[in-house]
Amino acid sequence: MTVIGWIQIVLYCAIVLALVKPLGWYMTRVFNGERTFLSPVLRPVERGIYWIGGVDERREQHWLTYTVAMLLFHIGGFFIIYGLMRLQAALPFNPAGQTAVAEDLSFNTAISFITNTNWQNYGGESTLSYLVQMLGLTHQNFLSAATGIALAVALIRGFSRSSMRTVGNFWVDVVRCTLYVLLPICIVYALFLVSQGMPQTLQPYVDATTLEGGKQTIALGPVASQVAIKMLGTNGGGFFNANAAHPFENPTALSNFVQMISIFALGAALTNVFGRMVGNERQGWAILAVMGVLFIAGVTVTYWAEANGTTALQALGLTGGNMEGKEVRFGIVASSLFAVVTTAASCGAVNAMHDSFTALGGMIPLINMQLGEIIVGGVGAGLYGMLLFVVLAIFVAGLMVGRTPEYVGKKIEAREVKMAMLAILVLPLMYLGWTSVAVVLPSAVASMANAGPHGFTEVLYAFTSATGNNGSAFAGLSGNTFFYNLTLACSMFVGRFFMIVPAMAIAGSLAEKKSHPPSAGTFPTTGGLFVGLVVGVILIIGGLTFFPALALGPIVEHLAMNANTLF
Amino acid sequence: MLREIRPAILVLVVLTAITGLAYPLAMTAIAGAILPKQAQGSLIEKNGKVIGSALIGQEFKEGKYFHGRPSATVTPDPSDSSKTVPAPYNAANSGGSNLGPTSKALNDRVKADVEQLKAENPSASVPVDLVTTSASGLDPDISPEAALFQVPRVAKARSMSEEQVRQLVTQNTQGRFAGLLGEPRVNVLALNLALDGATAK
Repeated sequence: MTVIGWIQIVLYCAIVLALVKPLGWYMTRVFNGERTFLSPVLRPVERGIYWIGGVDERREQHWLTYTVAMLLFHIGGFFIIYGLMRLQAALPFNPAGQTAVAEDLSFNTAISFITNTNWQNYGGESTLSYLVQMLGLTHQNFLSAATGIALAVALIRGFSRSSMRTVGNFWVDVVRCTLYVLLPICIVYALFLVSQGMPQTLQPYVDATTLEGGKQTIALGPVASQVAIKMLGTNGGGFFNANAAHPFENPTALSNFVQMISIFALGAALTNVFGRMVGNERQGWAILAVMGVLFIAGVTVTYWAEANGTTALQALGLTGGNMEGKEVRFGIVASSLFAVVTTAASCGAVNAMHDSFTALGGMIPLINMQLGEIIVGGVGAGLYGMLLFVVLAIFVAGLMVGRTPEYVGKKIEAREVKMAMLAILVLPLMYLGWTSVAVVLPSAVASMANAGPHGFTEVLYAFTSATGNNGSAFAGLSGNTFFYNLTLACSMFVGRFFMIVPAMAIAGSLAEKKSHPPSAGTFPTTGGLFVGLVVGVILIIGGLTFFPALALGPIVEHLAMNANTLF
Repeated sequence: MLREIRPAILVLVVLTAITGLAYPLAMTAIAGAILPKQAQGSLIEKNGKVIGSALIGQEFKEGKYFHGRPSATVTPDPSDSSKTVPAPYNAANSGGSNLGPTSKALNDRVKADVEQLKAENPSASVPVDLVTTSASGLDPDISPEAALFQVPRVAKARSMSEEQVRQLVTQNTQGRFAGLLGEPRVNVLALNLALDGATAK
């Protein structure tokens, strides 16, 4: 670890923090339906969309209607991606002549993108046409992100409203999020990325004759427009197979730094939106503090482990950390920081190969995802995931003092706690369940690229990433098989929607309750005690759930590595 | 609930057209107009022929050129499309080795590379980036140490003085962005082009 490394980390945190208030202020206005500086341009477009879609923007929805609208919207998104992938050979914008994608891979990818996971069983430049990248993937990058944010806002409304049966209008929230938040930022952002060297072209792949006379085919495409939303919307599905490690998908140290900021920007700002909507910004800062504590701990461990390198490299006299699977322009610190950021948020883009990380360095991304990606988290998903843990923590605190627990003026009762537990328990059911199935199926075991405990970690990581809707991978695992395409799609689907529906049920039930002003007996939820309690609940629930699995994978591998045992 | 079906189809179609077609096509047009070189992939041409991209590493094996990092990219096996064969710096199929910290295969490969490099230049310690594969397999850069390590070999192959070659390395070393972000690096293709230029003079 170096001083300049830590300066980069501190600078990163400072910039993310500085963005929280302005972005939170702006987004609050957007979701309250107020005018913004973009309204003169965008308001006519917005009204046009409502007119075409037959949406009455003043009509609000019950939580169940809101959820059904969201599900219907995703069914359509699924068929668009699936259809485009199956038919890409016959469609335009296919200069590389990509052939139709197989049924199981198309199914997996369609589920992957509507759930904001963006797991890559496809190869990017070797599989998909430009049309699929734009019309299939870029569009769903926008819409799955907008959906996540809309759901978080609906849950916030549940907390902030009193005695109401509605939580907002799904169509209005999605349209406003896309037009006022995501698109304007992406337009500026994409141009910045091009200025750093990211291609944005419909020209075919270029054949170059190298200096030594060899032939090199260089894949190109409309990269920048997709990468902008891929990062901002915490989607993470790469244009290229190597994702943000590819020099075209992340050309410079500056583009890398800005990409990391954009992963956290909206998710962190949503805590401020929460604070503003419930009438006390400090409630938002307290939640961000919980996220911050867990984040800094993760960064420290991964940076330390990667800077130390592996025992095998040290034995050969190599210093400078574990550079296997990392790019020179990023080095150890920017690769370690990126890995923690991308898994704390549910982004899943990678600028280094997590599969080649040291055992402990790679364990932190795994833990981040197993905790439910609540450390800032995916846009929207991180906040509603975190609020589920807050509900539990408040419940635990209430049990300790024997009072009905309250949070931001709302009584937390049996229904909320049951729904929160359902959402939290369904995640380990998927990733532990499918991992145990995979390790006893010979055909699934054959997909492992590494032997020994590392192979087990590859499988555990895959199902964790899919369930958490992250999308990063220990990419050695050959996931493009019938078994993995189907089981991973199942994990992604359950991980997304079995979390959303309980969260929305909580939103609906809270909105109907009366708000109580805080009294002398109310547990204060803006101080250090509350932050400590939530961190504790997250780590205890998480630790009890997945520690045994970690012991079989990264922990035993770390011990083997120290003993210089190779597999 | 039934009245949500119409927006589910029509709002989706309109938003898809905006975000999936209008936005990327508009960005392509704007980027092509104001940043044409970057938008096309920062291609480098020599005598009217494309010799590569400034951002994409390419394979160098000859002694007179600086070498990049090992690359783990592959290509489908021509005799059996279900398998792959190594194809270093394949810019149409990026990827890393994905070998873990306790991988015997990785350790054996690194060991062999270290021995080879030690034989080539016994006086310096082997830089780690020169014996580890990059994440993309297309890393255009090496560390300044990795470039300086190769100076004696290149100077000998080109009958130049080590001082001359070292000077070129220094000229082609890029520092951290604003002195803070990322790591110092040397673009291998740019350095080799500069070498060819110097030799031609």
